[in-house]
Amino acid sequence: MDALFLNQLFNGASLASLYLLAALGLALSFGLMRVINMAHGEMLMLGGYLAWMTLLVVPGAMGIILAIPVAFIGAAAMGGLIQSTLIRRLSARPLDTLLATWGVSLILQQGARDLFGAVGVEVRAPEWLTGSFVAFGVTLPSARLFIIAIAALVLGALALVLLKTRIGLLVRAVNQDRMMASATGIDVRRVDLTVFCLGSGVAGLAGVMLALLGPVTPNVGQSYIIPAFLVVVMGGLGSIVGTTASAIILGLFAALAQIFVDVSVAQMLLLVFVILFIQVRPQGVVAVKTRQLDA
Amino acid sequence: MPDFSALTARFAPVKPLLPWLLLALALVAPFALSSYDLNLLARFMAMGILALGLVLIWGHGGILSLGQGVFFGLGGYAIAIHMKLADLPDGEIPDFMVWSGRESLPIWWEPFTSPLFTLAAIVIIPTLAGALFSWAVFHRRVGGTYFALITQALSLAFATLIISRQDVTGGFNGLTDFYSIFGVGLASPGTGSALYWVTLAVLCVAFIALRWLLASRFGILLRASRDGENRVRFLGYNPTPFKVAAFAIAAMLAGVGGALFTLHAGVVSPALIGVVPSIEMVVWVAIGGRYSLAGAIVGALLVNLARDAVSSAFPELWLYLMGALFIFVVTLLPRGLAGLAKGKAA
Repeated sequence: MDALFLNQLFNGASLASLYLLAALGLALSFGLMRVINMAHGEMLMLGGYLAWMTLLVVPGAMGIILAIPVAFIGAAAMGGLIQSTLIRRLSARPLDTLLATWGVSLILQQGARDLFGAVGVEVRAPEWLTGSFVAFGVTLPSARLFIIAIAALVLGALALVLLKTRIGLLVRAVNQDRMMASATGIDVRRVDLTVFCLGSGVAGLAGVMLALLGPVTPNVGQSYIIPAFLVVVMGGLGSIVGTTASAIILGLFAALAQIFVDVSVAQMLLLVFVILFIQVRPQGVVAVKTRQLDA
Repeated sequence: MPDFSALTARFAPVKPLLPWLLLALALVAPFALSSYDLNLLARFMAMGILALGLVLIWGHGGILSLGQGVFFGLGGYAIAIHMKLADLPDGEIPDFMVWSGRESLPIWWEPFTSPLFTLAAIVIIPTLAGALFSWAVFHRRVGGTYFALITQALSLAFATLIISRQDVTGGFNGLTDFYSIFGVGLASPGTGSALYWVTLAVLCVAFIALRWLLASRFGILLRASRDGENRVRFLGYNPTPFKVAAFAIAAMLAGVGGALFTLHAGVVSPALIGVVPSIEMVVWVAIGGRYSLAGAIVGALLVNLARDAVSSAFPELWLYLMGALFIFVVTLLPRGLAGLAKGKAA
């Protein structure tokens, strides 16, 4: 296999990691509440700016490590605010939620533009992330390896939370049958809020990763969020496994398509691929078995 | 939800008169407005044609499209390509192609030299594109939020594609500098108001046709599949063809609106049809009232007037205002302005 192919394979893996981090929160709350937060991309942006500010306060090698929890908590708080003030009120109207949260996204983007400027800010990656390794004739930048590692860690941690903790049990219960879960005394609204904060936090963390790759601009989230939406469409309702699989498929597809065509055609092909995919499996990569008609 | 009942009760008797009032205003406008303002009004009316299509699919079909800009753009680019070619001396190619290093016309530009082909293309291309796209998604019973997200990806992909193919599409700057349409100079006196009358006529025809369509069995089935798609299936109907037909009609209206808009504005570019403009189109209808045809036209006019007034003076303010409008109208006024006239909000 030639170096170009391997190189794109690696790029695909790092792209898939970013798609995954951006899509996990979307998919989790979509599974629970059937709503998509269009301002989710701005959680990435927020994470990026929080990383930049953290590095202003704590420069040095460990700043970026510190930025991860800061961005997570900051974005989680913002997500919680959006959920409890807006999305909660619109819970039965998924399409209206799209529009209202798009409004939030516009305001957040313009807010960032006024606060930090339209040009964007540069986060200087610490030295231990600026190098690269060479394997099989392919250069692997440390920053991208770091991103893949973080995505794997987040995925593992999330799986642990969902499978081994009490809150995970509640989330799975509400995901399976919201009415029944509510009837057994689970506070579904609190579960909603928790999952929403968690998902937004993960997106904030993804923002830190984006900051390692390029400047943080007010619309940095936009370029990743639409592929992340496609990941959710293809993943299957509320399934972590499905979301992960579809993030990997789409990340690899986007990167490998770029061997043959340029970025813009690759983007078109990505959409065509998703539409073709739902011809074969409209229920998504992983379908949760249910007897409900309107799942 | 705030109580608008006192306000709506007072407004209710006027409601049936509203379309006639609008028509009367539109009829006197050419005699009352300066040519600049008339051009602006005609532009907004072209957008109103697109807005009518959104009432059909979103209000009555429950299909939220965040990609109407794509079809608007297909119509706009079709007429723009024709005008670019019409203004050329024989054997030359448009200047932006020369700057991008092209030596001949792309093959798919050629048919647009014919006015007849162009007129057909403005109607047929968006309709077919809309039908194919929506069929591919709906026939596998994918809809709702998923469909909205896919349409947004479509508008991103379309705008990106246009920007990257600078040599054949004019890229980010789009196509502009038109001088004549079907042999008539755009700058010559009378052309502006003639185009205005054409736009008004198309708007009226679209309004009447949709009014009839929404009252027909088609409209009833569309609303039924919005409210309970599976129940419609159990009753023995297949909702997919109805949804696809509605989407194709909306795409056609968007295409025609886009072509007329391009004539009035003198430019078509990715900045007018991408992700953000596409979703702005939805807010026109949200504000006017998603279930009301007249409301959608009023919404398109009002939002664009406001945009024109605010964004020239305070460009940053407009985005805040726009964001706030989305949130406000969806949470507090889901039926839009037309809901105020309806007698009951929500």
